Amino acid sequence: MGKTLTEEIFSARCGSPVQAGEVVMAPVDRAMIHDITGPLAIQKFREMGGTRVADPEGVVILFDHQVPADSIEAAQNHVFMRMFAEEQGIRNLDLREGVCHQVMMEKGYAAPGEIVVGADSHTCMYGAAGAFATGIGSTDMGFVLKFGALYFRVPESTRAEVSGTFPRRVGPKDLILAIAGDIGADGAAYRAIEFAGGTIRGMDMAGRMTCCNMAIEMGAKTGLVAPDRITWEYMAGRRDMKPFPLDADPDATYADRRRYDVSDLAPQVAVPHNVDHVVDVGEVEGTPLDQVFIGSCTNGRFEDLAEAAEVLGDRSFSEKVRVIVIPSSRDEYLKALRAGLVERFVVAGALVEAPCCGPCMGGAFGLLAPGEVSLSTSNRNFRGRQGSAEAKVYLCSPATAAASAVTGQITDPREVV
Amino acid sequence: MARKKTMAEAATAMTNPPRVWKFGDDVDTDQIIPGRFLTIYDPRELARHAFEGTRDEFARQAKDGDIIVAGRNFGCGSSREHAPLALKGAGVRVIVAESFARIFYRNAVNVGLFPVVCTDTSGISDGDEAGVDAGTGMLVAGGRKYTLEEVPRFLQEIVDAGGLVEYARGLEEVTTCQKTIRSR
Repeated sequence: MGKTLTEEIFSARCGSPVQAGEVVMAPVDRAMIHDITGPLAIQKFREMGGTRVADPEGVVILFDHQVPADSIEAAQNHVFMRMFAEEQGIRNLDLREGVCHQVMMEKGYAAPGEIVVGADSHTCMYGAAGAFATGIGSTDMGFVLKFGALYFRVPESTRAEVSGTFPRRVGPKDLILAIAGDIGADGAAYRAIEFAGGTIRGMDMAGRMTCCNMAIEMGAKTGLVAPDRITWEYMAGRRDMKPFPLDADPDATYADRRRYDVSDLAPQVAVPHNVDHVVDVGEVEGTPLDQVFIGSCTNGRFEDLAEAAEVLGDRSFSEKVRVIVIPSSRDEYLKALRAGLVERFVVAGALVEAPCCGPCMGGAFGLLAPGEVSLSTSNRNFRGRQGSAEAKVYLCSPATAAASAVTGQITDPREVV
Repeated sequence: MARKKTMAEAATAMTNPPRVWKFGDDVDTDQIIPGRFLTIYDPRELARHAFEGTRDEFARQAKDGDIIVAGRNFGCGSSREHAPLALKGAGVRVIVAESFARIFYRNAVNVGLFPVVCTDTSGISDGDEAGVDAGTGMLVAGGRKYTLEEVPRFLQEIVDAGGLVEYARGLEEVTTCQKTIRSR
């Protein structure tokens, strides 16, 4: 019987055929903890009787949710994790590198065929590298720290086949919002989503990351793209690995198959307060905005910032909105800086912050007051996600965010010349 | 980490039996515990902010033994374990939902809560008197009985141990790539 990409990865890592539905104690190749979920994971590791981390080489510590420390409590958490990293000989990137998921990808800490866990739900993004990557809680992470392994129920898979060429100003974020709207907030619960088809094959790594990042918003355990030339080119220089074939079998068994054609896709917007509440931009055009956030692990890469800058052109942002731009990592920040994008955003009136989760964390800064409305390129529009529970968050692509930041209201980026 | 009852609370519990806190579909972890409280790790302290801004009376009124009953996809969103901890700190032990988000479900089991699936919770109302019958394992709410699905077998050992910490404390090592059991 044919295997899905997920079954291939678990079978290879376990050295024997593994099928969806089976439960295995699988080795963990890499584990990531950050400043919010890390302290509790360390505490649980110790409560489990842990003294030495099983595989310090395989663990990455970094801070991105509350950086630079926004409170004494956050500063204490950072100190606590620094001490643990030093004590255990764990790599600590501290607050230097940026948003955890972007950093994990760009440092090559997730590679094709690997099993990676992170104490953050958007860990599913590393499926863009052809890894099986999933978010776990702090206690599960304590277990991983102690044993270097974790129980996994090998998930069934949903296959999303995407065809067609994106219209102008429509891209991966619009696609993944459309898919979330179609599949629903729990339509892929406990499953892996395999993204495939010509559109995905032609998509750059940044776009694939955007898609895989939001698999969790459909309840999925992970999202994956089978590695191809684009993947291996991305891995080159990040990891000393020879490309090897890894893909689902043509006769693999899927729990669900969906087909999408992006040829006529309109810019998509998720309206408050659910990610699967998705409409064409035209249905919410004209909605007045108080804040626009361009950034996050979903859409804070150079490609996203370049798209936003292109839409912005030489205009200014509306004085009615606060525009916050946050590159997702130091590398992405430098690329944007060198390309003149940071200057363009600052001249246009934006606040360009250092790499971090920013308003998407809903606690550090950039919070919304009751009644305020935000348009965001991030991944969640839950009630209270970016501040007051009485505020509203809409989600969109970088192009739609930039067009809307210029006008001060939700705007179709195709209409901005 | 069970909350110790004061005399006053114990007296209240006698006159106020455990009740249902009813929620709808897609209750996310940002609602259960908003992002600005994530520097807190103590369950009782977290409980003071549970559902802050969306259902403020929960933190004030929830008491030991109360049961959360929800629709589909309870606990969707962030992997923050602060969410099940906040509910545990509020005295909740049992969460009944038509379905759970994956990470929340596993976190809940790991911290010693009982997340249980009940295929249809639509007949259960907010404020219903409720409890789980120790003999039959059925949920009794508003005078009616509801069948609860069992926890998947591979998690049962963790549930029996009282959580993953208690389970893992006794383990010196694990054997990888041994398939355990086929879960349901």
